[in-house]
Amino acid sequence: MPVRRSQPHLFIAIFLCFFAFVGNVNATTDGAKLFAIHCAACHGDKGDGGIGVPLTLPDFLTSVTDEYLFQTIRHGRPGRIMPAFRHLGDEQIRAIVEHIRSWAPKEVKLIPGRIQGNPEKGREIFARYCARCHGPLGRGGTGTGVNFTRLHNLPIVAPGLNNPGFLAAASDDIIRTTLLRGRRGTPMLPAAKMGLSEQDVEDVVSFIRSFEKQFQPAGKPAAAPAKPALIAVSTKPFSETVERIERAISARRLRIIRKHSLDDGLVAWGEENKKQQVIYFGSIRQINTLLAIDPRMGLFLPNRITVMEQDDGKVIATSINPLRFGSLFNNANLEHTSRELHDTYMAILQEISR
Amino acid sequence: MRKETVFLPAILLFTLLLLPTASVHADHLLMVRVSQPLGVTLGSLKKAIQEQGYKVARVDMVNIGLLGMGYTSSKYRTVFFGKAEEIRRLSRDHPQLVPYLPLRIAVFAEGDSTLLVAIDPATYGEFLSDQKADATFERWGRDMERILARMRGS
Repeated sequence: MPVRRSQPHLFIAIFLCFFAFVGNVNATTDGAKLFAIHCAACHGDKGDGGIGVPLTLPDFLTSVTDEYLFQTIRHGRPGRIMPAFRHLGDEQIRAIVEHIRSWAPKEVKLIPGRIQGNPEKGREIFARYCARCHGPLGRGGTGTGVNFTRLHNLPIVAPGLNNPGFLAAASDDIIRTTLLRGRRGTPMLPAAKMGLSEQDVEDVVSFIRSFEKQFQPAGKPAAAPAKPALIAVSTKPFSETVERIERAISARRLRIIRKHSLDDGLVAWGEENKKQQVIYFGSIRQINTLLAIDPRMGLFLPNRITVMEQDDGKVIATSINPLRFGSLFNNANLEHTSRELHDTYMAILQEISR
Repeated sequence: MRKETVFLPAILLFTLLLLPTASVHADHLLMVRVSQPLGVTLGSLKKAIQEQGYKVARVDMVNIGLLGMGYTSSKYRTVFFGKAEEIRRLSRDHPQLVPYLPLRIAVFAEGDSTLLVAIDPATYGEFLSDQKADATFERWGRDMERILARMRGS
């Protein structure tokens, strides 16, 4: 049978298609590779921690199940930096779990079901023994594991227990086992060393489980995210608006760090749009406070307000809306400082619309 | 038109779509860890940005005075980059986007490693309703992933 001239091209295309498909399948089920792509940035290449908690602590992997690891990756920790990896398939998550498990292959045998302790007694015990690190409401420590944000005498920031992601992943017996064993390498001691009985431990487990009642019921719509930017329209010409902004910054004892056009460095010197000026300002205290809570905040530090004259002659000033930080960074600890920063921006911007 | 000439581009396009891409995104942030010190990483990053077709506008210091405050590292920079025409157009059409422009990657040391963090530009599509802008954000997102994937391999 004669071969038609176009068929070799068709074969090449099918050949390429096959290899692309095979390559894709391999790339998406290699646990080590997936860990390097999705987890290593926070947890370290070998799971020894960083922004994220260390996974290789001697008591961690022997106290949790594969299901706990799976659910943790799937749901993340809302408001505690670790995102939910919704875009990964079950097979990909299982491959990551398998890779993590390769560091400590023993999976603990746990008893399913709820532990029936006394949550009220557990509350008292928690306040006395656990709240110092995990916070009085179990929301966890502030900051991350990055070296410049805290002293290096602790290898871990206490995790948030009052967290829907944690409670969805952790069974009661995982919490009990953790309390009984403690976490070597962290300040958390085994319960017996703190003088706690098994009944005390079960009471604490029930108290921690009771946090679930505080979470938003499923189906209730979440609050709409804050607007991405704050914008004020000026009643003054461009130059005067810039001066007003600068005066308003200085009046709040904040330092003006520098000023340049929005396209500075992107166009040749002298060709910048002088009617788009970015004013950098802030204080060392504020920058350090925000970096200590979340080192990734440097994306928006120091503070910036941009004054722009639009094509129709209207002059506006705009800044990031700090109320958006919490959702952008998945970090509820930014809430208080973000609100303060929002109020500062608003007060400065309002100066140009008077 | 012959059947094969219609099928061939379609198959090749399908092939390209299947080729593995190094997705690093989780929610709104893109992050990678590089096993090199900050200085070396900054040099590689600037090169990767330029080779992806963008101009590096400047490298800012973020952590003024961290050492003086008793912290153990002061190695923190932000690299700003973009394409002048795109920044001009988007800042004119969408002032609410200006605080996020130009594109940026935060770079900070963590022990012997360096972490790189960026907002996923695809997130900007949530800020406004503009199909033309969406196409730009998606392309920025792909380019940002390529830059960061390349850094991970450096």
